[in-house]
Amino acid sequence: MRDVLSVHGNQALLTRANPLAKFVAVFLITMVLALSIDWVSASTALIAEFALFPLAGLTLRLLWQRGWPLILAAALGGWSTAILSADSGKILLDAGIWSISEGSLELGLGFMLRGLAIALPAILLMSCTDPTDLADALAQKAKLPHRFVLGTLAAMRLVGLLAEEWQTIGMARRARGVGSHGSPLQRLRATLGQSFGLLVQAVRRASRLAVTMEARGFGGASRTWARESTYSLLDVWVLLGGVVIAAAAVLTAVAGGAWNFVF
Amino acid sequence: MPVPSSGAVRPAAVSARGWGWRHAGRSTPAVHGLDLEIQPGERVLLLGPSGAGKSTLLHALAGVLGDEDDDADETGSLLIDGAVPRDFRGRESRGRAGLMQQDPETQVVLSRLGDDVAFGAENLAVPREEIWARVHEAIDDVGLAAFPLDHPTSALSGGQKQRLALAGILAMRPGLILLDEPTANLDPAGVLEVRDAVERCLDKTGATLVVVEHRVSVWKDLVDRIVVLQPGSSSEPAVLLDGPPDTVLEQARDMLAAAGVWVPGYVPATRGRMSAGGSELLLEAQDVAVSRERPRRRGFKTIPPVPVQDGLNAQVLAGQALTITGPNGAGKSTFALTLAGLLAPVSGTVSAGVGLAAGAGSNPYGWKAQQLISRIGTVFQEPEHQFVTGRVLDELMFGPKHLGHGQERVDELLERLRLTHLVDANPYTLSGGEKRRLSVATVLAAHPKVLVLDEPTFGQDANTWAELASFLSELLDAGTAVVSVTHDEEFTAVLGGTEMRLDARAGRGVRQEAGAA
Repeated sequence: MRDVLSVHGNQALLTRANPLAKFVAVFLITMVLALSIDWVSASTALIAEFALFPLAGLTLRLLWQRGWPLILAAALGGWSTAILSADSGKILLDAGIWSISEGSLELGLGFMLRGLAIALPAILLMSCTDPTDLADALAQKAKLPHRFVLGTLAAMRLVGLLAEEWQTIGMARRARGVGSHGSPLQRLRATLGQSFGLLVQAVRRASRLAVTMEARGFGGASRTWARESTYSLLDVWVLLGGVVIAAAAVLTAVAGGAWNFVF
Repeated sequence: MPVPSSGAVRPAAVSARGWGWRHAGRSTPAVHGLDLEIQPGERVLLLGPSGAGKSTLLHALAGVLGDEDDDADETGSLLIDGAVPRDFRGRESRGRAGLMQQDPETQVVLSRLGDDVAFGAENLAVPREEIWARVHEAIDDVGLAAFPLDHPTSALSGGQKQRLALAGILAMRPGLILLDEPTANLDPAGVLEVRDAVERCLDKTGATLVVVEHRVSVWKDLVDRIVVLQPGSSSEPAVLLDGPPDTVLEQARDMLAAAGVWVPGYVPATRGRMSAGGSELLLEAQDVAVSRERPRRRGFKTIPPVPVQDGLNAQVLAGQALTITGPNGAGKSTFALTLAGLLAPVSGTVSAGVGLAAGAGSNPYGWKAQQLISRIGTVFQEPEHQFVTGRVLDELMFGPKHLGHGQERVDELLERLRLTHLVDANPYTLSGGEKRRLSVATVLAAHPKVLVLDEPTFGQDANTWAELASFLSELLDAGTAVVSVTHDEEFTAVLGGTEMRLDARAGRGVRQEAGAA
């Protein structure tokens, strides 16, 4: 799990951009796509996003590994929209209460593509941004409180540890006779017990980590930053890229008459 | 002696006058009546039974005690260079002391090596250029210079993580270095790594050292003074003995040994094996490859994990000990858990003999949890992972109750492992040694024929160690098979039987030597 999410070793161009610039660009694209359900704006954005893959060091395989829940959710959403939304145009398939018409198919396709087009920028951002760099940018450039940002960052490292601990606790409890066999109720109880065990360990670890951080002088009013979070020319291009993709999505949809405002 | 790049270390003095501390909600103080003067540059080893308030003292010196503890009670005074440690936060004197704790995982704050070392210096508002100079120097001093600054900290071993923590402390340039059982969770190689790094850094900076550790032999030659504390619950002064290491060890050898301290050259007396053990085959591993990872699904394909070890063969016989040894990361625990039916082998087979299977099928991994516990009991390294109730007695009765057994075995175990006075206590509140004894007792309460233990002696004091070793030797004589993963040679010697050594794998090709211990 930790290896899949790691950006260590990624040398792609976008890893060098400031995380805040990337964040703003992603935000722009996502906002525009959220405004309309149509397949034109979504596909325009999707095509542009796929073109960015090499710049972010992302491959289709990595995309599937990191983003499969989102991809499945988008596909499922599209499918259910297609069969459940009100029919319009020619009926293509009719199975009693479920039917697919030209109109509902278009809507379903738009829904699915939109889901993908909104999910992809976030996955792109994650795959070329180190959480530490993001924290640096949020604290130094966006001026969020450093105690909050660094506390969150340290806690995120613990989450990876807890994933391993979950497996260990599961085995340790099986060795005590608490099994994952039995009725759904028994299984639920076993899972709840395991979650409680994990919670106890999480609290212990977190309090020890807090002591470590405090003993290293964390929590004072002022601090310096070993690495300065800086903007470069690349960040202008990143922002511009975000604006261009967002604008292209809107313009193609409006020009093609497909723009379908949600509100 | 090389000159530090800038901001040379000024060794700190510690002065305690009648100091005491009672944690909120406790009736007795953790430390009571402590009088202690430590000169700048002195190196002190703190000893004492568990509950003597050693960690409390270190936390107080590190300035991390009492923030949320509004009801805590402090008496007397505790000063570093004449200032109160708890006021260090937010003041100029912040960072006079640096603290390292036991659990390597929680000594690392950030995910990149360089950032982690810089963290403390950043918090002290050291100017950027100087931070990097300090980071490079500290990483060099602890012997981690071979790694790049962006090396992921999660990829470090336990010993390396502790050395990283030391580097983070050094980058703050503290005058006082506090080590709270820094090597209790490490294998022998890791222990030496950390100890040597500490010694190098002290020689260079001249900082004052206070270290708490059970294993005296590790630190004896590095310190110039040993202070023995006694529990704060007694009305006597906290300092029981104080002096040069050899003198204190000579004066108090027996007393310290009785208190469970690992005095150099002392191996606690244990019960020897009486019988040679049986020959009934209970478990057998044939050409087994092991991994903690589960097979992954990528698209529609299932990809087996890369094993940490393969080609392993072993036999577990009734009344015989099998000891699995080797360096960290060699897959010892993974193999033991696979033998114990808790992990599925990546390839090869683990099969139970007819006597052990008793109608449940020959594949332990396929057994239901309740079938498993009456056949193979596994004691994990961290006792807390196995606690499933909120009371010691319920904890012990958990297995027997689910198997429909009575309380006889439980009473016997309570008695034998000295837990009778704790039956109503919450397992999480016990001391380290008590937790270990409880975790062994809970697993044995289900009467397994095979007992698997993962590092049972890690971080244990000499008394718990001796009790555990004697008890296991009794079990072995009574016909139980004992499989243990351990670095502990003396422990291996007490149990006898077969030693199986796993070596760290470099690429393919496993070397495995089995021989009588």
